[in-house]
Amino acid sequence: MGANNSKSILESNVNPLARRDFMKMVGGGIVVFFAVDPAVPAAQFPKFGGGQTDFNDYLKIAEDGHVTVYSGKIEMGQGNTTALAQMAADELGVALDTVTMVMGDTELCPWDMGTFGSMSIRVYGQELRAAAAEAREILLVLAAESLKKPKTQLKISNGVIYDKNDESARVSFGHLAKGQKILRKLEGKAATKPVSEFTYIGKSINRLDGMAKVTGKAKYTGDLRFPDLMYARVLRPPAHGATLKSVDTSAAEKIPGVTVVNEDGIVAVLHADPETASKALAGIQSEYDVEESTLDENTIFDHLVKTAPQPRSIDPKGDLAEGEKISNTLFEETYLNGYGAHAPIETHTACAKMEGEKMTVWASTQTPFMNQSGIARALGIPSDNVRVLTPLVGGGFGGKSAGTQDVEAARLAKITGKTVQVSYDREEEFFMTAYRPAAVVKIKSGIDSDGKITLWDYNVYCAGDRGSEQYYDVPHNLIRTYGSAMGGMMGGPSQHPILTGTWRAPGANINIFAKESQIDIMAAKCSMDPLEFRLKNTSDPRMRRVLEAAAERFGYTPAAAPSGRGIGFGCGIDAGSYVAQIAEIELKNGSIRVKKIVAAQDMGICINPKGALMQMEGCIMMGLGYTLTEDISFKGGKIFTSNFHNYKIPRFSMLPEIDAFIVKNDKLDPQGGGEPSVVPVGAAVANALFDLNGVRVFQMPLTPERIKAART
Amino acid sequence: MKETIKFTLNGKPTSIEVEGDRTLLWVLRTDLGLTGTKFGCGKGLCGSCTVVIDKKAVRSCRLPVRSVSGKDVLTIEGLAEGEKLHPLQEAFLEYGAVQCGFCTPGMLMNAYAMLLENPSASRDEIIKGMDNNLCRCSAHTRIVQAIESVSK
Repeated sequence: MGANNSKSILESNVNPLARRDFMKMVGGGIVVFFAVDPAVPAAQFPKFGGGQTDFNDYLKIAEDGHVTVYSGKIEMGQGNTTALAQMAADELGVALDTVTMVMGDTELCPWDMGTFGSMSIRVYGQELRAAAAEAREILLVLAAESLKKPKTQLKISNGVIYDKNDESARVSFGHLAKGQKILRKLEGKAATKPVSEFTYIGKSINRLDGMAKVTGKAKYTGDLRFPDLMYARVLRPPAHGATLKSVDTSAAEKIPGVTVVNEDGIVAVLHADPETASKALAGIQSEYDVEESTLDENTIFDHLVKTAPQPRSIDPKGDLAEGEKISNTLFEETYLNGYGAHAPIETHTACAKMEGEKMTVWASTQTPFMNQSGIARALGIPSDNVRVLTPLVGGGFGGKSAGTQDVEAARLAKITGKTVQVSYDREEEFFMTAYRPAAVVKIKSGIDSDGKITLWDYNVYCAGDRGSEQYYDVPHNLIRTYGSAMGGMMGGPSQHPILTGTWRAPGANINIFAKESQIDIMAAKCSMDPLEFRLKNTSDPRMRRVLEAAAERFGYTPAAAPSGRGIGFGCGIDAGSYVAQIAEIELKNGSIRVKKIVAAQDMGICINPKGALMQMEGCIMMGLGYTLTEDISFKGGKIFTSNFHNYKIPRFSMLPEIDAFIVKNDKLDPQGGGEPSVVPVGAAVANALFDLNGVRVFQMPLTPERIKAART
Repeated sequence: MKETIKFTLNGKPTSIEVEGDRTLLWVLRTDLGLTGTKFGCGKGLCGSCTVVIDKKAVRSCRLPVRSVSGKDVLTIEGLAEGEKLHPLQEAFLEYGAVQCGFCTPGMLMNAYAMLLENPSASRDEIIKGMDNNLCRCSAHTRIVQAIESVSK
């Protein structure tokens, strides 16, 4: 989700929760109160977290020195739990194994918009560092008073503050924090530590949740067990937009132990055994009115362009007419990408329990605080009476930013008085997900006789502007965005016949595919090596650096495409990180087989290189799915894609050699890591195909049929 | 109709009274409280429900529980010997083969059975043997490296 989209969500969903009183909930724990120095600029505390300025919202130091860090972010495999613990440990000056992360609990954690946009580290993590730095400085002041030593003479090691000249003069964080309420202002700003003082940041620490995950002890929402747990299956329509005409639940009612709910638009069956619940659901007779539609995966693109809303313009520079006039050669192309599914292996799941006025919901979600307000709205109760907890999430990829399972579980728990689990089966997951929207990009570009880009007239339908930002030096440039990558996810009108939403780096994958394909087309027209063309046309030092680093690592030798080698470039900027990739492919029985991908990423300070590389490699491999095989088949609101046999996600046999590496940039604050490397994959592979045999495919996925059609 | 099913589960003799046509997956996850084995697709397409029965990897989401009568069933909870992790578990940790972790139990059990049959599986054999286990986080590179490190 791009910054612009994020802003709109923030504006519409800010939930001014009352400042939490930690005294109330920590029981025997120790609470430290800090006051915020009004001299510290507000910008130091990004407001994404709902405007927290009290550091107590971020961390607590117990009597035994144990540090608990609270984050509204959630862990869905990206490894933020580990990286955030490293950041907190370093800024405070405590041992990593004394830090415990509490994630995604609306009762304990500071408000958070959601875990998306690769923002855990670069936004929340930076807030956490600032909070921990101020905590450290205030603890130093307190230690100076307690030890009667000048603050400048004190040192911190593993949560203990001592006198540099007399190590026996020492006091621990836990001792200082014990029972104290500190309302002290710092003089000036608490500076975060420089790179040279990091102990954990920059180290490849193994994931803190790894042990639980390899032993089967890790708990996901569907693994929670309660004595009165009922598994609910909810009746789904045969197509999106269908309306229920009649329903007969009598067969289900006859099954012993089954509870049938048919209330306010929700028809569900519940049973203590999930498979019996499924059988009961299968026995429900229902009739729906299904809207007829001519829209399908082939006709959707014309529809999206014809029904496009007014565009939003970004990055205007020069004058398009002038650009066209001075161009030596013009290029006009259209790029397409159909709908995609997230297909996390853990389907959307929620568990809900109502006790008195209080609703507690455990959910596999990326947005616990949005779930909290959504559940409160649905039940007509105050948000304060809803607590959402987020156990480990089994993959999200943007898809768990939306879902109905949390509200359904809560409603059913309220109706039945039982603890209720709603977990989609795989067919529901493919039907209910908020699909990555189909999108169209139309580009008119021009070059002069020297191979310099003179014109960039960029129009994107339904993918938003993420990834469309210009990093080439173009004198006459305009980017127009028709509709967003969110589609109807956030409410409001949608051009799509099905619910659409965010998919890992929303919109950026099609934008970079289109943009970087167009760049290669222009390079080929002037018989210039694609890398040389890119370097000739961008003065952005970070982009030049990742391109050159990738080329060096690959051992790239220049040649104009098509060279017959099957080597292609793609690059992009996402979540503040720069990425360049080189793909090497071959054709096997008409299908693309990716042999190798070299990937360079500049992500500023890298908190955990191993974790970052795991994300890069995962992005690249997942990127091969949208590039080569993944496409939703549908007619109107009817979805034909139903399970992994007809939605082909990457598997071991597709695995190329992946050589991912970090281009060090410690001068820059940490940038995003969960998404950037997914964005150039489509372009790099499409450009490699052109380099192999001169065939240009303008629609992803790059299927054998499309490659064959493009040849003729 | 409930029936008595006796089998060995993670090394221990086990006897349960259940309807025999229920799937092993859900009997494990509910009646037996072993939630390490996951539901992923319900059609044997993703491998997250993989357990090892008489040394063979089996998709438990399609298997009637009565068919394990008299057999030896191993789930992720039984892979380590007490506190001592199986070398595959160690390797998955060390190589960073785990992201969201939801497919991990199925991956480990599938790899375990594969190496029982072929202790010196080559990279190509590993890729072939693991191909029907899906990982959406796409940690394939490191999963292969981890298994390779254990293969002799």
